[in-house]
Amino acid sequence: MELVVATPEGHELFAHQADIGVRGWGPSREKAFEQVAMALTAAIVDPREVEAREPVGICCEAPDDEILLVDWLNALIYQMATMAMLFGRFEVQIRDHRLEATAWGEPIDPAKHRPAVEIKGATFTEVAVRRLPDGRWLAQCVVDV
Amino acid sequence: MDLERLTRIDRTTFRIEPHGRMRVPAVIYGDEALVRQMDDKVAEQLCNVASLPGIVAAAYAMPDAHWGYGFPIGGVAAFDPDEGGVVSAGGVGFDISCGVRTHLTGLTKKDLAPVGDRLAEELFRTIPAGLGRHGRIRLNDRQLDAMLAGGAVWAVAEGYGREEDLARIEEGGRAEGADPDAVSPRAKERQRPEMGTLGSGNHYLEVQEVDRIYDPETARAFGLFEGEIVVTIHCGSRGLGHQIGTDYLREMVVAARRHGIDLPDRELACAPIHSEVGRRYLGAMRAGINCALANRQIIAHLAREVFARLFPGLELPLLFDVSHNTCKWERHIVEGRERALYVHRKGATRAFGPGHPDLPEPFRTHGQPVLIGGSMGTGSWVLAGNRDGRTKAFASAVHGAGRALSRHQAVKRWRGEELVRELARRGIVVKCQSPRGVAEEAPGAYKDVDAVVEAAEAAGLARRVAHLRPLIVIKG
Repeated sequence: MELVVATPEGHELFAHQADIGVRGWGPSREKAFEQVAMALTAAIVDPREVEAREPVGICCEAPDDEILLVDWLNALIYQMATMAMLFGRFEVQIRDHRLEATAWGEPIDPAKHRPAVEIKGATFTEVAVRRLPDGRWLAQCVVDV
Repeated sequence: MDLERLTRIDRTTFRIEPHGRMRVPAVIYGDEALVRQMDDKVAEQLCNVASLPGIVAAAYAMPDAHWGYGFPIGGVAAFDPDEGGVVSAGGVGFDISCGVRTHLTGLTKKDLAPVGDRLAEELFRTIPAGLGRHGRIRLNDRQLDAMLAGGAVWAVAEGYGREEDLARIEEGGRAEGADPDAVSPRAKERQRPEMGTLGSGNHYLEVQEVDRIYDPETARAFGLFEGEIVVTIHCGSRGLGHQIGTDYLREMVVAARRHGIDLPDRELACAPIHSEVGRRYLGAMRAGINCALANRQIIAHLAREVFARLFPGLELPLLFDVSHNTCKWERHIVEGRERALYVHRKGATRAFGPGHPDLPEPFRTHGQPVLIGGSMGTGSWVLAGNRDGRTKAFASAVHGAGRALSRHQAVKRWRGEELVRELARRGIVVKCQSPRGVAEEAPGAYKDVDAVVEAAEAAGLARRVAHLRPLIVIKG
């Protein structure tokens, strides 16, 4: 695992043979979680194509950071599937291992968004939540598509 | 993969001797080129599987194996419940009972000509595919539980398909021991709009032509003839299966320590078969299998309706329906002794041979059809199970071409619109809502399915019967 990008905050997809890796980084654990959620959207559609207009509240709690990350992404995957929505903006607060967040998005419009894939779930493969030596936080895992 | 690390047993069998925490060896099937092409991660993941409690004989990788999560995709592993054996949610995967079914039409390409593009258009319009396209079927709580308990048997009783289809589905169309109560309300909620939908990724419905026959006698017994048009569906248990996988993977990660299981990789999360979590997962997973069987049965029904509109009276009998992401309770002879084992097949197809008592009557003589999905440009295969005693890896075979390039790499290399045009020039009509989705599934992103199947035959996993060339591809 390495982070070659120097920006203080951002997201990217990384390669996994069958699936897709999602990675986010930022100045805090919260920002890294917000960015990895953007990467989740980017696996499906260009996030700039998603209008962040309807808020959805999400809460989860886990015994450690890695499970919390997987829970967070799975909560978003669940909301996307059951509400048929895509999300383009996120605000995350974490206290200990309890996460409270708002995701803003819009209903999926197949003609407008032309979504590339449907995400089945977040996995524990390549999972990491950690502070890098330069002080930035990194959050990542592979999602099954 | 570096062949130096492996012991070569014969032309298509390689072995990693137990070392470190491994309880049994790892066995990799494939010719030299395919094994070389495999990522080192396949060996690493296989060795991790070989270290799980209660594993029997070996951890196996099929010739189409590639790097998965926890278990390699194309992996087979059997566990003995009475020797501390485990069941692993990751060893089944998120798409529980993803599989392939093929229907015969009795038509030839000449018969399709008069309907022109209407067949492709009507199939694309009728069968919901891709993210955001939901089905028309909405089940209430009671109906959903009945579907989870009944599988394709439920679907047929509800009017989707025919009674005679059931003998041509594994387990007669219904996994025994499904426990709808072990499936979370979230999983059920996720399934509600998704009954009768294809999904996305590598899932598809294809209209194909039988263009090469390799075993004429078996092909005849299967009802396949050269030039025949068939319809093949590849999909799984949709949101329900994905959520069962998600729920139990997490629960098993947290419970592993309590069960005294030290996981080399959290993705290998598993629980003793005899534990409360293990039993509950098996009940939920079997409900997931039934969801996949019902789903494929419904999609087949929708395809039959389209064909019946264009070809009145056409019936589309089912050849067979196989699943390639499962854990099944089976009896196998290991070192001369019959044992009841829980066999995980993650991206591997069960391949029972002639005479196997669990096979329906039509396949007793020639073995079961083993349906192999290829990429949209190259084609698919019908194989058959080998005679008992010659079956390997607990009677398992390959499931597809297996990816050679990641989706990430594929999108960088190909453009969806160009691929659709190029395939059209080769007589293959692709209907897909997402050009990027097409690029991610580019034929070049997959291994050579012909090489995979040849290696499977050479390794004695299954034998080739017929090759299918795609004519119409419906994707999400």
